[in-house]
Amino acid sequence: MSKLTMEQLAEIKLSNAQIAWRAAQDIEDGAYVNLGIGFPEMVAKFQPEGREAIFHTENGVLGFGEAPAAGEEDWDLINAGKKAITLKPGSAFFHHADSFAMVRGGHLDVAILGAYQVAENGDLANWSTGRGGVPAVGGAMDLVHGAKRVAVLTDHVTKKGDPKLVASCTMPLTGVGCVTRIYTSLAVVDVEAGRFVLREKLPAISMEDLQALTGAELTTNGPVCDLIAPDL
Amino acid sequence: MDKQVATLAEAVARIPDGARVMIGGFGGSGAPIELIHALIDCGARELTVVNNNAGNGHVGLAALIEQKRVRKLICSFPRSADPRVFTEMYLAGEIELELVPQGTLAERIRAGGAGIPAFYTPTSYGTELAKGKPTAEFDGKPYVQERWLKADYALIKAELGDAMGNLSYRMAARNFNPLMATAATHTIAQVSRVVPLGGIDPELVVTPGIFVNTVVEVAEPAHEEALNRAEAVYP
Repeated sequence: MSKLTMEQLAEIKLSNAQIAWRAAQDIEDGAYVNLGIGFPEMVAKFQPEGREAIFHTENGVLGFGEAPAAGEEDWDLINAGKKAITLKPGSAFFHHADSFAMVRGGHLDVAILGAYQVAENGDLANWSTGRGGVPAVGGAMDLVHGAKRVAVLTDHVTKKGDPKLVASCTMPLTGVGCVTRIYTSLAVVDVEAGRFVLREKLPAISMEDLQALTGAELTTNGPVCDLIAPDL
Repeated sequence: MDKQVATLAEAVARIPDGARVMIGGFGGSGAPIELIHALIDCGARELTVVNNNAGNGHVGLAALIEQKRVRKLICSFPRSADPRVFTEMYLAGEIELELVPQGTLAERIRAGGAGIPAFYTPTSYGTELAKGKPTAEFDGKPYVQERWLKADYALIKAELGDAMGNLSYRMAARNFNPLMATAATHTIAQVSRVVPLGGIDPELVVTPGIFVNTVVEVAEPAHEEALNRAEAVYP
């Protein structure tokens, strides 16, 4: 068990904006990127100076920009979250089959998604809690296949303190063995050869506490760097 | 050749009870609201509807569902800002749902229009949405077999159309519309403006007229998002 209380954890952990900022630092200039609905959309705000990614949205737009000012929306110009967007010079429209050819065909450099659970073999559960209600999948099961890197943004633990990085997912799977990197509120973890490999962790948390908050073994392979994000 | 008809009622008049109907759009963008409302007015029931979503508010597809005209819905994401109509009927067991991943839905429709009865995709492998479907390995990776999806009718929305049925679209309102045009026995397009033959540069035709049977002009079409902000209810 971690010696940290949930209150202590809340004090040291990264905010969602800081997790998104950290993920943005790994996106190269000119990369083609799909950001999942919600939390991952924040990544677009934190592109490093001098780099410009080209954002893809499932409903048929490449190269979109920020939201328009209130009252300036054109409801034929939206993203997959049905929010109004704007166009950047060089943008393109296409139909849904072309859009998912870009996804499954290996043309995206990075897909960034949210998660309920990620397993050490890279399995992802992010579409259904399995507790009934109306099931809805959207493009999540497609997006986990084909992008050169499939990254996940997530809190390291659930609101109740249970690990979200687990030995095997107990919730319905979105994809098998698909996640390559996880940006959490406490660490940056790669998935390699069926193991979690710790790359970065907050200086404020000990290895023992981090391991106790993780549902499978955190291995190391090379240096573990300090995870430091600016105040945002 | 003139595929244009004068009224929405005429455009949808022959859609029978029990028909499978593809309806274009992603959320409100590209949704043929006026054609859907005409379908409600024409009275067809027991429909199987293919759409990415399950309607929003009380207009368009949500209104068609609320009027109890839809027996089964094939879609990827039956949630929206106001999904109450579908949610309540689904939880009460009054409407059947076939949930399909969005890219698989698009490809099944594309395959239906292209005469490809089945294909293999990595999407959904190892998940509960692949249950019961054949799988196969190609070059060392596992894939799921999916079947084509076709329909009796497609109701789609385009920006420009001509008498031969050539169409072009407006921004992200394109989405599923060009795919559905190819996959239905009878495709009905509502267009914001009918132009003379040649009025759409052949280089810029997105849907060639061979895929379209009926064109009806709806100048200044209503938008689902605007209707919902005004709390509109149809009928």
